[in-house]
Amino acid sequence: MSLLHVDIASAGYGPVTVLHDIAFEVKTSGRLVALGANGAGKTTVLRTISGLTQAQGSITLDGVELVGLTPHRIAAAGVSHVPQGRGTFGDLTVKENLLIGGNRRPWRTVLAEADAWMERFPRLGERSSRPASGLSGGEQQLLAIARALMAAPRLLLLDEPSLGLAPKITTDLFATLDELGRESDTAMLLVEQNAQVALGIAEDALVIESGRITVRGPAADLRDNDDVRRAYLGV
Amino acid sequence: MLLQQVADGIATGAIYGALALAIVLVYRASRTLNFAQGELALLGAYVSWQLTVWGLPLWAALVLSMAILAALSAAMERTLVRPLVKRHQALPLIIVTLGMMIALNAVIGWAWTYQTKEVPALFGGGALDLGEIAVSRQDIGIAVTVLAVALGLGVLFEFTRMGLRMRAAVSAPESAELSGISTGRTMTIGWAIAGAVGALAGTLIAPELFLHPGMMAPVLIYAFAAATLGGLDSPVGALLGGVAVGVVENLAGSYLPHGSDFKQVVALLIIVIVLLVRPQGMLGRREVVRV
Repeated sequence: MSLLHVDIASAGYGPVTVLHDIAFEVKTSGRLVALGANGAGKTTVLRTISGLTQAQGSITLDGVELVGLTPHRIAAAGVSHVPQGRGTFGDLTVKENLLIGGNRRPWRTVLAEADAWMERFPRLGERSSRPASGLSGGEQQLLAIARALMAAPRLLLLDEPSLGLAPKITTDLFATLDELGRESDTAMLLVEQNAQVALGIAEDALVIESGRITVRGPAADLRDNDDVRRAYLGV
Repeated sequence: MLLQQVADGIATGAIYGALALAIVLVYRASRTLNFAQGELALLGAYVSWQLTVWGLPLWAALVLSMAILAALSAAMERTLVRPLVKRHQALPLIIVTLGMMIALNAVIGWAWTYQTKEVPALFGGGALDLGEIAVSRQDIGIAVTVLAVALGLGVLFEFTRMGLRMRAAVSAPESAELSGISTGRTMTIGWAIAGAVGALAGTLIAPELFLHPGMMAPVLIYAFAAATLGGLDSPVGALLGGVAVGVVENLAGSYLPHGSDFKQVVALLIIVIVLLVRPQGMLGRREVVRV
């Protein structure tokens, strides 16, 4: 069973077309990682799903057409997007950041869940009433993921969560992500340059080059494929 | 004498602060200065006056006028402002609000003539004797009303879900959209509140300045000075800035030679000094540009 069907002829920003003939699916509760070099179009794939680009084609979530909807309606349909750079509401408090994530759900539930997140990650709890801009990069990434999950989404989009983080922190973050993924039935679509860690937590993978999908298959196969490693992943 | 001048400055300052608050709410919503804010407040004062002529009690006229101006301001945002904000047309946007200022003023002059009208004071006449100084009931009423409205807005922004959404939309618009917040809607609400607060400012100051189409032009300059001083994106700063400008204006009028002729120069001077020394104002957020 697939949750997300992407089948777009082109997508981009104004006159600039970034993606060509992109088609793939994300299984219900599945985890797909999109790999590729800088500028290959990975971020644009996520931004297209969220309605932040102009796209020709069809993207459906549980049968609901997303192309043409505004970003806040796509979010309401069940897509949570952690943008590149984390999208932290820097001058709002840590707790408010969490509450915003759940702003469309019943307030009582949201308050309780925000408390649960802060209990689970004491670093967030200790700073609950401080501006979120004071958090470290890794803490902000954790906050962004928690914020996105506060919406109880069907699909979580993650744009380069490892960006700007030290290797040790990246490893911890992906372990947490893996854990969170197992606990809920939220599907994940993860975009990464750091192939090693990303393939470690994904089921399926694809490689994007110059706006097109060039390789796809189970994550384990890509990890073991020497050609893929040399040609696309640089490891 | 000095104390009396300060006390007198606080009430007018509260009104400057209210208009500055309207300017700040619009700036936060759309990142633009609404030069028509003064004329919207003027229209609010005329609507209040017209409704009292038709027999409504002044307070009811004020509330109705605030509602009407909220709707009008929201409509202005949706029709004239939004398309330009979407296309990042900052300069045309300012020209549009300047055009609205002139157009609104002309319409008001056409509808109500250029003759001065008398607006009754909302809080009646008379003064309270507070030892060394005497403060008019109207001035106390103005200060209390503006404070109450400010507190109400503070509660809205800090303690309600709508307020949280509005602050989120200002803080990081794209993240807000991705969190399911309609930033278009929060913008419109910001303009609506600004329209209502402006109508309040206009109606409160009308008894003092007498209602005529030129009434709000100088007030707008003081309000801009207040908003600049307080920080263009800080509602609290706008109110404090308003009080500061009101007091300084009053002192300048009394103590400087030819002071009453130079009152507006004082306001402009405040704008220039703040922009040179501390561009983000007292409480504003510094714009950080990442390269």
